[in-house]
Amino acid sequence: MPNMENQAVLTMRGICKQFPGTKALNNVDFTLRKGEIHALMGENGAGKSTLIKVLTGVYGKDAGSIWVDGTEGEARIHSPQDAQNIGISTVYQEITLCPNLSVAENMFIGRTKGPFVNWWSRNKRTTEILESLNIPARARQELSQCSLAVQQMVAIARAVDMNCKVLILDEPTSSLDEHEVEMLFGLMRDLRDRGVGIIFVTHFLEQVYAVSDRITVLRNGELVGEWPVAELPQVELVARMMGKDLDDMVDLDAVGEKSVGSDETVYEAVGLSSTECKPFDFQIHKGEVNGFTGLLGSGRSESVRAIFGADRVTGGMVMVKGQHAVINKPYRAMKKGIGYLPEDRKRDGIVADLSVRENIILALQVMKGFFHPMSRDEMEAFADEYIKALQIKTASQETPIGSLSGGNQQKVILARWLLTHPDYLILDEPTRGIDVGTKLEIQRLVLKLAEEGMSVTFISSEIEEMLRTCSRLIVMRDRNIVGELTGDQLTQGQIMRTIAGGEQ
Amino acid sequence: MKKIKNSLGALTMPLVALGVLLLFNLIRCIVTGSWSFYEISIATDEKGSVLTGNLISIIDSASALVILAMGMTLVTAACGGQDISVGAVGAIAGAFFVIMMHPQKEVQMSTLTSVAWPNVILGVVVAIIAAVIFCLFNGVLVAYFKIQPMIATLILFSCGRSIAYYFLYQALGVGSIKLDDPIIFAIGKTIPGVPIPTSIFVVILVGLLMWLIFKRTNLRLYTQAVGINQKAAQLNGINPVMVKLLSFVMLGVCVAVAAIVKSTSLSTLTTKSLMDSFEMDAILAVAIGANNLGGGKFRLGGSILGAYTIQTLTTTLNAMEVSSDSMKFYKAIVIIVIMVAGSPVVRNWIVSLGNKIKMTTRAARVKEVE
Ligand SMILES: Nc1ncnc2c1ncn2[C@@H]1O[C@H](COP(=O)(O)OP(=O)(O)OP(=O)(O)O)[C@@H](O)[C@H]1O
Ligand SMILES: [Mg+2]
Repeated sequence: MPNMENQAVLTMRGICKQFPGTKALNNVDFTLRKGEIHALMGENGAGKSTLIKVLTGVYGKDAGSIWVDGTEGEARIHSPQDAQNIGISTVYQEITLCPNLSVAENMFIGRTKGPFVNWWSRNKRTTEILESLNIPARARQELSQCSLAVQQMVAIARAVDMNCKVLILDEPTSSLDEHEVEMLFGLMRDLRDRGVGIIFVTHFLEQVYAVSDRITVLRNGELVGEWPVAELPQVELVARMMGKDLDDMVDLDAVGEKSVGSDETVYEAVGLSSTECKPFDFQIHKGEVNGFTGLLGSGRSESVRAIFGADRVTGGMVMVKGQHAVINKPYRAMKKGIGYLPEDRKRDGIVADLSVRENIILALQVMKGFFHPMSRDEMEAFADEYIKALQIKTASQETPIGSLSGGNQQKVILARWLLTHPDYLILDEPTRGIDVGTKLEIQRLVLKLAEEGMSVTFISSEIEEMLRTCSRLIVMRDRNIVGELTGDQLTQGQIMRTIAGGEQ
Repeated sequence: MKKIKNSLGALTMPLVALGVLLLFNLIRCIVTGSWSFYEISIATDEKGSVLTGNLISIIDSASALVILAMGMTLVTAACGGQDISVGAVGAIAGAFFVIMMHPQKEVQMSTLTSVAWPNVILGVVVAIIAAVIFCLFNGVLVAYFKIQPMIATLILFSCGRSIAYYFLYQALGVGSIKLDDPIIFAIGKTIPGVPIPTSIFVVILVGLLMWLIFKRTNLRLYTQAVGINQKAAQLNGINPVMVKLLSFVMLGVCVAVAAIVKSTSLSTLTTKSLMDSFEMDAILAVAIGANNLGGGKFRLGGSILGAYTIQTLTTTLNAMEVSSDSMKFYKAIVIIVIMVAGSPVVRNWIVSLGNKIKMTTRAARVKEVE
């Protein structure tokens, strides 16, 4: 065993993985020590998820070796089952549970020894685990009834229960709110103290510095280096990830002037309601960027879905550019110049097996109509333009979007809506899973579009991001609008107070 | 060039399957020394000369299946399931075809002779309308009421032939009827003076029509989007219900045309057995064509090749004088081999093997340099 440091639970050396048209991993080394939280960092498409999937046997590696503490010789991992058996547990980037099974069934699926199942003890054990981790779900509840955040926690609980040596969390926090993140961190620290090595992938830098002990950075499938957290300040980390010099990083935080918009009302709703949300009033001006904020489940996503006609609209009056409009299905909204980037990329956004090109042109093509297909050249030109503009990392236009990295998939969906040149664009968590550099670029882009006259509604779980871009914030609690903040009121404290219901 | 390579890559599985079958026959010919399988000869009788031989007969007898497989591919792609009632609906369409061609009603007769062109055209149109209506019935259950396709189409699968019998019996007083007429001969076999079976032209016509539809509309994009991710499709302004219904309408047209081709080439229409167990062969053709039976991306070309593969297999077994009883057994074995060889597991295995070989040869080269 070469180079196996003391205390290492996991040693990966010279890992290579080639996909058609992409070298996802090129000679990557990675070492995880006992009882440490190790952040794996890198831009979108750097190869983080691929490294993890090689480790867990989802993909076979083309070259390289893996050693795991407690296993003689090289670890032979050919399937996720093998990985589990030698003590590697994983929560993947996209939730991979079965939504139509119960929570308990999901906790134990794929872990049956022998043909017999004792459901009673299973439900009991599940209840214990859920309680000890403070997860608000019941063992017998169907998983699809739980919120995305709770589903994520269940996936983690499932991994934790397996007495693992290595726990892998690939962007586990992207759908959790602050409180839930704290809860998860508590859990991670607890496991670390029990000697588990944890690999933590995230694009939230503060979270890295809050829990990690060590950082490994990848770029374009290659190892950049490994540092103890204390020796790598945040700016330097970003510079390493982006492959830039420190000097170029100065203007990183400046995104531009906020756009208040003109007096012209682009969209106005009175008493709009859907099967999923209570009646609310809302309006947006030309060139304005506003946001809906509130805790997860406060109804912010449901409200914008009602605007777009994504859920069944049950009442209300809508005016688009001063004219009455009936928007009861997405097609009508699109025809009125409204675009909507959904919150759940995998469920509502991507058409996984279709190519990047087809995913980009989809909305525009539908707007042009069934009998007016675009020519191949036209489509390729559009796709090319947006792949360049948003720097989408893909082997080619014809690559299925499902094989892109999470962040790059998100960029494709964004491109899809930008291509339709909407007057009013609704972005629900547009930066989820997107790396730091690109996040700022998207914020800049939003402000630039607003300056050019587009109205934008921007929803994000990250309050700083909204403070940076929105000139007006609508605060929601329990599916009601409880306040509207503008100008000087736009501070983190004021938002938190309004959410909590302190003052209006 | 690259585009051609890509689309060929997607059709590898059915092409290889068909190639292997033809190769097998080649070897068989060499071993036995008789080239009868590959022989194409010209047979001449009082009606003119026609091409005959196994290859021609494969292409000819596959026609109905090829047409049906095209429709089945669309439904599979849009709905993520298969219509198992196509054989029964085919019988209904066939019944209407014959009823409309029959000049004088209410006469019991077991042979249909002397039909006129206007009646034939009427028969084709009504058969298509009938098949579309019955397929739409399935479509409404699947698209609107969201019933699993297999279950929804089980209804017509089990009672469709009785419906066909009912109509035919009400109109002509029989459940089976011989078709003996020069016009029907021209449709089902050959047009006098033309040496190639008519069904081949019908296939080309249907294929061209499909190609035109795909070229002039967004049917492919819409169908695939709905089949892969219905929610996303809906949020992009596509109406999944309409797309699914449309796929059933197209299937209906295909079923009717297939039924007409089949019944005229057999010169007989029996409601009990017309296109019997065709649904399974059509589904199989879709699968051999490397289409996902769970819906989504599809390749019409794959299904067409799949249908020809199935017919080649049948003809090969016939040529080898396999008894019709053991035929199904051999067919099953060959099909299992094709499906396993084309499964993602084996495909990934081949790809990763290729990568590893590349890496080791590269490493070896590096060592040599050192
Ligand atoms: N199954 C696949 N087929 C083809 N290419 C793939 C596949 N999976 C990943 N890739 C490619 O490998 C590269 C690395 O992807 P990976 O998912 O590991 O990135 P990542 O670091 O996790 O990014 P993100 O932060 O966006 O999740 C990308 O360029 C991606 O397009
Ligand atoms: Mg990833």
